[in-house]
Amino acid sequence: MTLAFPFSAIVGQDTMKQALILTAIDPGLGGVLVFGDRGTGKSTAVRALAALLPPIKVVEGCPVNAARLDDCPDWAEIRSKKIVNRPTPVVDLPLGVTEDRVTGALDIERALTQGEKSFEPGLLARANRGYLYIDEVNLLEDHIVDLLLDVAQSGVNAVEREGLSIRHPARFVLVGSGNPEEGELRPQLLDRFGLSVEVTSPTDIEQRIEVIRRRDAFETDTDRFMAKWKRQDGKVRKAILKARERLRDTESSDAILKDCAALSLALGTDGLRGELTLLRAARALAAYEGAPAITRDHLRKIAPLALAHRLRRDPLDEAGSVTRVTRMVADILG
Amino acid sequence: MTRPPAATRIERALAALAIDPAGLKGMVLRSRISPVRLAFETALQHMPGTSRRIHPQISDTQLFGGLNISASLAEGRPVRDPGLSETPGLFAMAMAERTGAELAARLSQLLDRDAGHALILLDEGAGPEEAPPAGLQDRLAFHVEPEDETLRVTALRLPARADLDAARKRLGKISVPPDALGLLVGLAARFGIDSLRAPLLAMRAARALAALDRETAVSEATLLEAAELVYPSRATLVPETESPRDEAQPETPPPPEDSTENADGPSGGDLPDEIVVQAIAALLPTDILDRLKIARATQARAASSGAGAKRRGNRRGRPLPSRPGRPSQEARIDPVATLRSAAPWQRLRRTPQNAHRPVIIYPSDIRLRRYEDRSDRLLIFTVDASGSAAVARLAEAKGAVELMLARAYARRDHVALLAFRGDGAELLLPPTRSLVQAKRQLSSLPGGGGTPLAAGLVAASELAQHARGRGMSPTLVLLTDGRANVPLKGEASRTAAVNDAETVAAGLARQGVPGVLVDTSNRPAETARNIAARLGATYLPLPRADAQKISASVSTALEG
Repeated sequence: MTLAFPFSAIVGQDTMKQALILTAIDPGLGGVLVFGDRGTGKSTAVRALAALLPPIKVVEGCPVNAARLDDCPDWAEIRSKKIVNRPTPVVDLPLGVTEDRVTGALDIERALTQGEKSFEPGLLARANRGYLYIDEVNLLEDHIVDLLLDVAQSGVNAVEREGLSIRHPARFVLVGSGNPEEGELRPQLLDRFGLSVEVTSPTDIEQRIEVIRRRDAFETDTDRFMAKWKRQDGKVRKAILKARERLRDTESSDAILKDCAALSLALGTDGLRGELTLLRAARALAAYEGAPAITRDHLRKIAPLALAHRLRRDPLDEAGSVTRVTRMVADILG
Repeated sequence: MTRPPAATRIERALAALAIDPAGLKGMVLRSRISPVRLAFETALQHMPGTSRRIHPQISDTQLFGGLNISASLAEGRPVRDPGLSETPGLFAMAMAERTGAELAARLSQLLDRDAGHALILLDEGAGPEEAPPAGLQDRLAFHVEPEDETLRVTALRLPARADLDAARKRLGKISVPPDALGLLVGLAARFGIDSLRAPLLAMRAARALAALDRETAVSEATLLEAAELVYPSRATLVPETESPRDEAQPETPPPPEDSTENADGPSGGDLPDEIVVQAIAALLPTDILDRLKIARATQARAASSGAGAKRRGNRRGRPLPSRPGRPSQEARIDPVATLRSAAPWQRLRRTPQNAHRPVIIYPSDIRLRRYEDRSDRLLIFTVDASGSAAVARLAEAKGAVELMLARAYARRDHVALLAFRGDGAELLLPPTRSLVQAKRQLSSLPGGGGTPLAAGLVAASELAQHARGRGMSPTLVLLTDGRANVPLKGEASRTAAVNDAETVAAGLARQGVPGVLVDTSNRPAETARNIAARLGATYLPLPRADAQKISASVSTALEG
């Protein structure tokens, strides 16, 4: 594995970075979808987040990264009681992956050599308590996407095949990235993602030069560059950890709940998922900023992330969905 | 004979690539079979490192490795075949213009892994619409398109292996002047290059070239050379210079204001020298504007089609790899794939009870056939049945529509029929393949009333969206005289109605729904032409001609 570009060294792209940080604070947000042009650093940011996240404590050798021995599945036959620190798992889901590799399947080697039935965990097991990253999510085969969304929602992977009947926890944050030029996502899929971000390349020359400068320094003078940004990354990590602790105590007043509902209603988003995500993400943001309660300001910042991809297309409106959300937010929240 | 400059550029690009394959990621050579293409392939064989050929139909197993069934069976343990990608090296792909989106994405992922792979695309595309996927091209540093003179070059020389190795050692020590980045970024902005990969790749190319020339620092000349190698193919606009080519293209958009201003700033580096800009502009493909137009059109189409345009059924079409599933009325079993998936388990499954059975197959082994089927097109006939149109030509239009329906039937397209009149639009026939129903609905189509064109278009837009969700590619066939007089809301006013119609039409164009507008008015009118322009649709004035002719022209417009 090659070294990841430091998260805090990414120039601009604040919304994308913010969305990723929010999922790190509250993994229950339901994933992030990053859509944007080529060469805007989508993959870089996701891989950088992996390196930034605090390590998790897991039982040594546990295939699903369980925190306690009791949580390890029986089939894994874990005996070691040792708890070890591991970096937060970020599992790459390659395109063209087979169902077997995603869900896990019968361990062929043991079946053939020892005639024993045993389960070989797949990518979903490895991603438990971490991130599952799909680059070019719009090109992934439909049946794999359906399967992933199903598991992401239930948090449990159930395998019933080859005479095996296995269930194991699979709670992960789904991060999808893609280029809209290469194909759109089905709307059913879109609104399963909690947050969505559209990224574009910076238009400001200074900013563009800075991007190139840092990338170039990273590639040619890696050690010095990493040392330079280590402290910054450390600060973000600490802030995430603090926010996680604060999350429970961050309050949401009735007025804020009403605002969430009013926004979702006015924008005509289907279902309640939009509202819920809006509230949760706003709470995570408030916790990150150290605020005791959610304010309208938080909602204002979060609304485009949580709602823009849930809008129905309006043939009469030429503006993009983010603009529509921003406009509506200004109308309702003042 | 003087050597054409493009030949030297190919040689320099190859040499740079030989020095820093992992950083530069590769190059595109766009040329059909020609002496220079053969010389290029010979030169490739002399590149350091392993070099392998791949093709656009390469399977994942070949590329990334997979289970070797026969060896696994013979040895009683799973034997993996290593994929080509497991060892770093140079991949040369012939017929790269046929690369599909899936393979392009996989190769992009492979390149992004920074494991030392480089990719040479041998692009044999004939027309501008035939090209390797843009996402993949964007990742490769160089793009050379030899012209007539260069095509006849029979030999391309690479520096000696020892020189390349020495240059590679020097690579890390090349220093870069502080204003180099500003220059490269400013240049990219002048040519409308959005991707930030371009200046990065140019930077790396400049380093490699400087190392090759035994320099210790990147000079301005080297920077320019690198920009010449990396930028021309990515340019999206021709910068305004005094070059003669520019005058011939008045519609060229000027470079963004801020780029020039910012480049002037104190730390933004120098404003790219006009001479430098011209040098690169001279290398732009001569037909760049045509290409941009086509690129934009295919982009809109690609964005519109997406996952839906290719519908994977299992009835007909191009075969795809089978996948596990349960046989049903619609799904057919793929026996060979099923046997293959059952094969490794035979020893394990054998028990005294089933010893007499030659092959033991479990339900989980069953593999289903899948096909990729592209012809699920939906023609949305949106017919203006208002008084103005009805009186004039509705009957004639009906004849044309019937003929188009027959054609649609031959192609097994789906059709839907929308009519608008009075104060709204009505879906007369939801998407179907039944020709009889469509004809029946059409012949009983009532006429008269106002022209709620906007409402008709809104209905068509909704239908198109819905069809996309179900994996169909909608195409709009609009028959109207364009004389909208009923707006979406409020008082019947002609201006409001026309405005509404134009706004909705523009929305449909943004959705990327291709279409045809048949003007049914007595005399071709400006109003209908405007709507067609907003729709981005082909405009066909209904001539005093028979239905056959209309149908023929619509068909050409649709296929084109």
